[in-house]
Amino acid sequence: MRISRRIACVLALVLSGTGASTGASADGLPKRVVSINACTDQLAMMLAGPGQLVSVTHLAQDPRVSSMTETAKAYPVNHGRAEEVFLLKPDLVLAGRYTQQPTVDMLRGLGIEVIQFDPARSLDDVTALLTQAGAALGRSDRATALIDAFDRQRATLLAALDTSAPRPSAALYFANGYTTGPGTLANDILETAGFSNVAQDAGFPGGGFMPLEVLVMADPAAVITGTRYPGASRAEEVMAHPVIAAVTDGAGKTMTTDADWLCGTPHVLRAAERLQPLRPAQTGDDGNDTR
Amino acid sequence: MTRLFAALGFGVAALFVLSLFIGPAGLTLGNSLHALFGLSDGPEGLIMQEIRLPRALLAVMVGLSLGMAGAAMQGYLRNPLAEPGLIGVSGAAALGAVLSIQTGLSAMAPLALPLAALAGALTGVLLILALAGPRGTSLTLILAGIAMSSMAAALTSLVLNLSPNPFAANEIVFWMMGSLADRAFVHVWLALPFMVVGWALLTSLGRGLDALTLGEDAAQTMGIRLGRLRLMLILGTASVVGAATAVAGAIGFVGLVVPHLLRGAVGARPSRLIWASALGGAAMVLAADIAVRLILPERDLKLGVLTALVGAPLFLHLVYKTRREMG
Repeated sequence: MRISRRIACVLALVLSGTGASTGASADGLPKRVVSINACTDQLAMMLAGPGQLVSVTHLAQDPRVSSMTETAKAYPVNHGRAEEVFLLKPDLVLAGRYTQQPTVDMLRGLGIEVIQFDPARSLDDVTALLTQAGAALGRSDRATALIDAFDRQRATLLAALDTSAPRPSAALYFANGYTTGPGTLANDILETAGFSNVAQDAGFPGGGFMPLEVLVMADPAAVITGTRYPGASRAEEVMAHPVIAAVTDGAGKTMTTDADWLCGTPHVLRAAERLQPLRPAQTGDDGNDTR
Repeated sequence: MTRLFAALGFGVAALFVLSLFIGPAGLTLGNSLHALFGLSDGPEGLIMQEIRLPRALLAVMVGLSLGMAGAAMQGYLRNPLAEPGLIGVSGAAALGAVLSIQTGLSAMAPLALPLAALAGALTGVLLILALAGPRGTSLTLILAGIAMSSMAAALTSLVLNLSPNPFAANEIVFWMMGSLADRAFVHVWLALPFMVVGWALLTSLGRGLDALTLGEDAAQTMGIRLGRLRLMLILGTASVVGAATAVAGAIGFVGLVVPHLLRGAVGARPSRLIWASALGGAAMVLAADIAVRLILPERDLKLGVLTALVGAPLFLHLVYKTRREMG
């Protein structure tokens, strides 16, 4: 900590002539905003006014992580390193809560305002994040408009569900057999699409590493696996085990998550929408009554 | 002698059945049996036929292979310390397997995985035999083995660390220690052909290895062609160890412990020891795979951890004994 402070001071001295870290402008609104987190990237791109957002991370252009790769091409990228962010002379930096803490500390030590955002754990958190980011950027009107649209779309999705029929069950099954349960964004997406998550009944309410055998016994009607990364790993191999196709009675009942699942933005509803086609064929066959 | 083989065979069969009945799904005995023979089409059938059966079969196949390879190498080098895991042959096979997976070869052609592991194992055996010399004195064998295993381990770690896949680096431990968790029938079919060839080659060595116990000259006068014997040993070991490592990672010490325990019972005759070690190896790997599911069912404890806990003290004991004999 002390060393990083010292480096920060030296940096500040060297660069003080350049007029960096000017703080917010006269009207109190940030003029030069830099995002150093893949999720705040997307919030900022949705909300920022013209010229307000100076840079997003390189992850914003990575289709595995970002839902807004096209929009992101308009912005210079950063890699979340304190030095490069400082040189961008931001008056506001948007960061995540649990990552990059040393970077955040250093930027704050340099007198730059940093706002940290919690990761979303539910669809309601999306609204909260939009509100928080809107307030931070001085763009609350835009945030309210996005929240309205989000709520409307969410209501439409929920209204389309047939509440009389039992919900088909689904399992989230990621690398190493990791599953997530209630209290996660993925679980909310699943439920918005009309599925019930098998994790709780299978004994993994908080998520965890669910053995393949337990997944098979839970007998979900659909299995949602994670995106596979390039290269290969044995951890991801379990997502392609033949029993997963067998338990869901063949093709079409499995799907992989994509960038829309990762961040608390209105894009999560797109993820829920894409899940819905997994449902219709299952009405009347929730995967439990036939066995 | 027949009694020993009957006991070993019975042990393997019993452990195989036990292995089928152990797992996190908690099926009842009757349910499992019904499901195993396809009499229930529910999830139990999938669990028995697609998860537990391939796992138990692989344990038998890997055990047979490692036990046999250990006995054959020890017979040829006339040194009880020769074991594919310890002298780096398994490690070299793991390197080959990892290379084929990370370069995407194994995704293009499934056979590339066992073939690459075989190539790795082949390189390993050749290097060991070249370095240790025909008589395989303990010192050179162990030194060559250390060099081989550390080199293979370092390169495997390097490849996995360079992988763009965020999970790959965590799998160094799988390739070093081995595991049978969540294997499917795909893996059985990938490994089986190579293992069958290897088993045939290694079991055919019996007479030659028996003759070799009398010394090279005596063996040659008995009509044993040493060059051919050596070639078949190399190819046989490489194919069984390569195939086993490609699907289950490098599991050490099986080929050391089992021949050591059984050597006395078969009158130290390599021809019999090869068969006995094969059965003993199958029993040991089955037992270890049952134990990892009982001790820490949630954590995918690696097979090699258990085999090393049993094998490493024995290895030290053997080194100590060898030193006294030399000294």
